[in-house]
Amino acid sequence: MLDLSGATSLETALRRSLEWLRANLFSSRSNGLLTVVGLWLVWEIVAGFVDWAIVRAVWNGEDGRACAAPGSGACWPFIKAKMGLFMYGRYPDAERWRVNLTYALALAGLVPLMIPRVPGKLWLTLYMLVAFPVLAFVLLTGGVLGLPHVKTASWGGLLVTLVVASVGIAGSFPLGILLALGRQSALPIVRWLSIGFIEVVRGVPLITVLFMASVMLPLFLPPDVTIDKLLRALVGVALFSAAYLAEVIRGGLQAIPRGQYEAADALGLSYWEKMGLVVLPQALRLVIPGIVNSFISLFKDTSLVLIIGLFDLLGIVQQSIQSDSTWFSPETAATGYVFAGAIFWIFCFAMSRYSALIERQLAGSERR
Amino acid sequence: MQRPRRAGPLLPPPFETVRLSWGRPEVRAVVYQSLAVLALIVVGWEIADNVAANLRKQNVASGFAFLDRTAGFDISQKLLAYEATSTFRRAFEVGLVNTLVVALLGIALATVVGFLLGLGRLSSNWLIARLSLAYVEIVRNVPLLLQLLFWYFAALRALPMPVDSIALSFGGYLNRRGLYLPAPVGAAALETICVATFAAVAMAALLVHLARRQRQQTGQSFAAGPIGLALVVLLPVAAYVWSGVPLAWDYPALGRYNVEGGMVILPEAAALVVGLTVYTAAFIAEIVRAGILGVPRGQREAAAALGLSKAQALHLVVVPQALRIIVPPLTNQYLNLTKNSSLAVAIGYPDLVSVFAGTVLNLTNQAVEVILVTMAGYLFLSLTISLAMNLLNARLAPVGR
Repeated sequence: MLDLSGATSLETALRRSLEWLRANLFSSRSNGLLTVVGLWLVWEIVAGFVDWAIVRAVWNGEDGRACAAPGSGACWPFIKAKMGLFMYGRYPDAERWRVNLTYALALAGLVPLMIPRVPGKLWLTLYMLVAFPVLAFVLLTGGVLGLPHVKTASWGGLLVTLVVASVGIAGSFPLGILLALGRQSALPIVRWLSIGFIEVVRGVPLITVLFMASVMLPLFLPPDVTIDKLLRALVGVALFSAAYLAEVIRGGLQAIPRGQYEAADALGLSYWEKMGLVVLPQALRLVIPGIVNSFISLFKDTSLVLIIGLFDLLGIVQQSIQSDSTWFSPETAATGYVFAGAIFWIFCFAMSRYSALIERQLAGSERR
Repeated sequence: MQRPRRAGPLLPPPFETVRLSWGRPEVRAVVYQSLAVLALIVVGWEIADNVAANLRKQNVASGFAFLDRTAGFDISQKLLAYEATSTFRRAFEVGLVNTLVVALLGIALATVVGFLLGLGRLSSNWLIARLSLAYVEIVRNVPLLLQLLFWYFAALRALPMPVDSIALSFGGYLNRRGLYLPAPVGAAALETICVATFAAVAMAALLVHLARRQRQQTGQSFAAGPIGLALVVLLPVAAYVWSGVPLAWDYPALGRYNVEGGMVILPEAAALVVGLTVYTAAFIAEIVRAGILGVPRGQREAAAALGLSKAQALHLVVVPQALRIIVPPLTNQYLNLTKNSSLAVAIGYPDLVSVFAGTVLNLTNQAVEVILVTMAGYLFLSLTISLAMNLLNARLAPVGR
């Protein structure tokens, strides 16, 4: 802005910032008081955290004794020593490149898929839905092509968190679509079965579903069939998440104007053609933010598998804190939880930002 | 222009004989659904058969007779009469009540904190708005289970061991095993005081109701709030004095190994309530914010034009309308909180899951029955909360529009 009063730019800047302060922080007496309380709060939290995490923190050491001195802060050597465990669990050291390669393959598909401008979405989707799962399964479990077999019992840490979350997402998505369609179906028995499943699952906590998967599922199968513990948890998570996803997708189905359904009928499309070619593509696009939110919940909920004895990221952190006596110290627990919390936060926050971005784009395309 | 009449494709002309043909939708509907039912029966039969075979192999009884057997284990927090000699049914009830207590406390606290944070998000004060945003973004992107473990294993472990208990001024103690408070003794006087409290609350509610009616009819308002508050405080005190200050207190005392006597708030319960409150408040804040933003701007401007103060505008104009938007998603959060209280099992609070799907399952091995009963318990709680909130929602729904 042009300033004709002859004041220097420094003065103008100063005046502007004072005006901003007055308008946004000290507009009234009570607002000023709130600001002061807020500043005090910020100082307490930020200074307290920096003091704990950096100033008083212990950076080097061989075991818990290094962190046991009274008044010391975060115990970072604990994280350093356990990093491999937290990331891969007891996956053999020599085979960890397979996990990393799987991550790289996933990123190679996901990154271009998530950037709207990149072409070839159909091929990328096919890669992620068909080729990648097969590749990931072969790489992670092994037993073929000269790769040594690695039992799922030795998987752990972030690897298990990501496997449970991504298989949960991949499994719950088609199931959720089917349940949502079932709930809207004209066939009364299909409709009531879907409603019953959705409402019962949404009425109980995930833990009970996981307990059910871990103690009841083996009973449901013939006596000579054993089922992998990780697979049991995956079934539980996918079923649970599908019920919530179905409700999100139903919202999208209901938002599609009746005319679209009728137009598809008028064209003589069958039920599956109508849904697959006309209704679902529009409905799913509408509810992308809701779907991403469900996935964020699912990602956070994967931590519950520790209750049925699997070692996901939180599970293995918890186990290291509670039962590794070499690292007992007053600050071990807090350090471990802050570390695990930061990793969960990065994933969830990134997903929520992506969802907000898509939401803005959708809002933009609606306006056009 | 006349719209073309919709053809009735489902009804055959009356004179044609009904033919069974694959091209007819209702024929396909019957066939598909019969197949679905058939598949369901086959799978259900197979499962029942397998369960029976597995149970026979493991020598586990079936049926619900175990509910009347003696439980034989103790529960660390019981608000109903319960001993190790009580039945499994009683253990279920104790667990259900423990879940209910934590859920109700959490709901009440999370609502208050959530509303404050939601208002904070919309504050004209830049710092407060940013702080509230930071709270919401940090808390809701970290798993609740992790937060609970943090509160229980990291934050509350900073409290001293029982020998170094912190003595509180009113005769309580605080240490790692819990918060020890004086417990009231003398049941008869307690009843009088309870009756007085209920009476005071009822009178205060009536007063507020009458005040609102008067305001709506005459435009005059009187200070029902302070008078009601005074009633709620004074009446129980009066009852206490009137019955001759009969209440004795059982003070906790520092024993050899731990504090004895009095009553105790378990650290597990405290961690659970704090964790649930902190987590759910972040979600409620976003709901409240969306609800208030959902009230048209004109409403606030109209309130200002009528000369209402900012607080009056919020209280009388904005919040009542925002509540209509807020209540349905708020109900979902209450249900989530109730279900999330089941994470208690990870920190050892004796809730429904931990007592029933944990201890009772281990003692009886009757997985199918125990899990079904536990699920039924939660379904019962969920339905009760939905019902209560639907009643509230029906009262709030717009009138005459």
